[in-house]
Amino acid sequence: MKTIQKAVRDHRNGFFLAGCIITGILLALILLGAVWTPYDPTAMNGSEKLLGPSLSHLFGTDNFGRDIFSRVLKGAGVTALVAGGTVAIGGVCGILIGALTGYFGGAVDELLMRFNDAITAFPSILLALVCVTLFGSGKYQVLMVLGVVFIPSFARVTRTAFRALRDANYVQSARLMGAKPSRILFVHILPNTLPVLLPAVTIGFNNAVLAEASMSFLGLCGQPPDASLGTLLSEAQGMLATAPWYALCTGGCIVALIFGVGLIGEGLQSGRGERNA
Amino acid sequence: MNEELTLSVRHLTCGYRAGGGLFEKAVRQEVLRDVTFDLRNGEILGLVGESGTGKSTLAKAILGMVRPDSGEIIHHTKRPQMIFQDPYSSLNPAYTVAWILEEPLRIFGKYDGPERKRRVREILDRVELPEECLAAKPSELSGGQRQRVSIAAALIQRPKFLIADEPVSALDVTIQAQILQLLKKLNQELGLSYLFISHDLNVVYQLCDRVMVMKSGQIVEQGSVEEIFNHPRQDYTRQLLAAE
Repeated sequence: MKTIQKAVRDHRNGFFLAGCIITGILLALILLGAVWTPYDPTAMNGSEKLLGPSLSHLFGTDNFGRDIFSRVLKGAGVTALVAGGTVAIGGVCGILIGALTGYFGGAVDELLMRFNDAITAFPSILLALVCVTLFGSGKYQVLMVLGVVFIPSFARVTRTAFRALRDANYVQSARLMGAKPSRILFVHILPNTLPVLLPAVTIGFNNAVLAEASMSFLGLCGQPPDASLGTLLSEAQGMLATAPWYALCTGGCIVALIFGVGLIGEGLQSGRGERNA
Repeated sequence: MNEELTLSVRHLTCGYRAGGGLFEKAVRQEVLRDVTFDLRNGEILGLVGESGTGKSTLAKAILGMVRPDSGEIIHHTKRPQMIFQDPYSSLNPAYTVAWILEEPLRIFGKYDGPERKRRVREILDRVELPEECLAAKPSELSGGQRQRVSIAAALIQRPKFLIADEPVSALDVTIQAQILQLLKKLNQELGLSYLFISHDLNVVYQLCDRVMVMKSGQIVEQGSVEEIFNHPRQDYTRQLLAAE
């Protein structure tokens, strides 16, 4: 938490601030979209087909006369949920595996890292296809699959960080005082790895947004009302000539989401290093 | 069992396994050879020698961090605590001094909050740190203050025996003198025994009662400070003294 506090305190940290503002606005819109949208995102209106952006339809309408702004709000919610869930699953499992392997090393390390390699060896889209065939499509299935696919990257970052600190003097002191391994791992070491882990989480979130978008672009993320930004994007592809604003607004939303979280990660990273000085 | 002894080490031989993962063959390297000595209660025993002679390995073996190949290490008191050379890395940078000092008591698990706070204040007094330090992070303290916090953290479980591995060599000369004074005072007030590892013979001369001289994993000479410094018997010891 200190990394965050430090980043907040440091007024010169423009990256962090800008990232927080962008992400904050998007998050507010997503939360708003969960309870209220200007129009019903699935209601068709034959008299308002393919309208360009205007005050009554901020992002215009599609070929069924559906309000794109409302659809994007809902879609961004699905995307954020899947990406957040992915990072939660991948992060918790990855950090746990990385902490154990980095700290203990030896046989545990070899075993778990080979398991990691096994997951990495599968192309993630292929793995996702297999899982969707087995378990059916839908946002929760995609969330689970992506979560598992994301474990190795988190595990690797965490492992390196824990390995670097496992023989630090303060860790040795804690061992001498009789601290249990679990306490050493999560109370003594983990807080000191946050400057590395938090940026990794933001990068992971962005990768998850992109992975989710490409998977639903391929139609793996389930059908409306589960439409995510990727689903919308693949819809918009068909209307590129008649309603280019559809693709632009949806793509722009993905870019904004990634850009905002990316800036936060950048800000957290630039706050690092001064801490131990 | 001798009641006057803190520690007995008998014929200790110790090696490292270098490498040795799943697919590589481990290589043995002997670091300590047939080390024998006693540490009496309340005694400050210096351990000198060039770097790489196994001084730190001896400390680690005594602390149980390195498993000996043969020989015996007999602790006559509670397990010792350690003071490290670098006070920057021996304190957890993520927490405040108050947390760092309370942590050994939390780990020990027998004290409630108020009792822990009381003992932290008491130890802070002993190492002559102001109470304002409690709220500070280690990075906000000076080197000397940090080393005082390390000493306090080592002492808070009330051990009778401290191992200090070059505890002052990272500090300025004036701060060095203050920390040495503090160590001497704690030795007298609490009856602590020290194994004091240093390459700085001056410091050893000021602080220690007895000295052991180590060369390539063996103790080549031991005796009182007077004997070793004024009448060294071994060439190696004479060289060390001449190098000062």
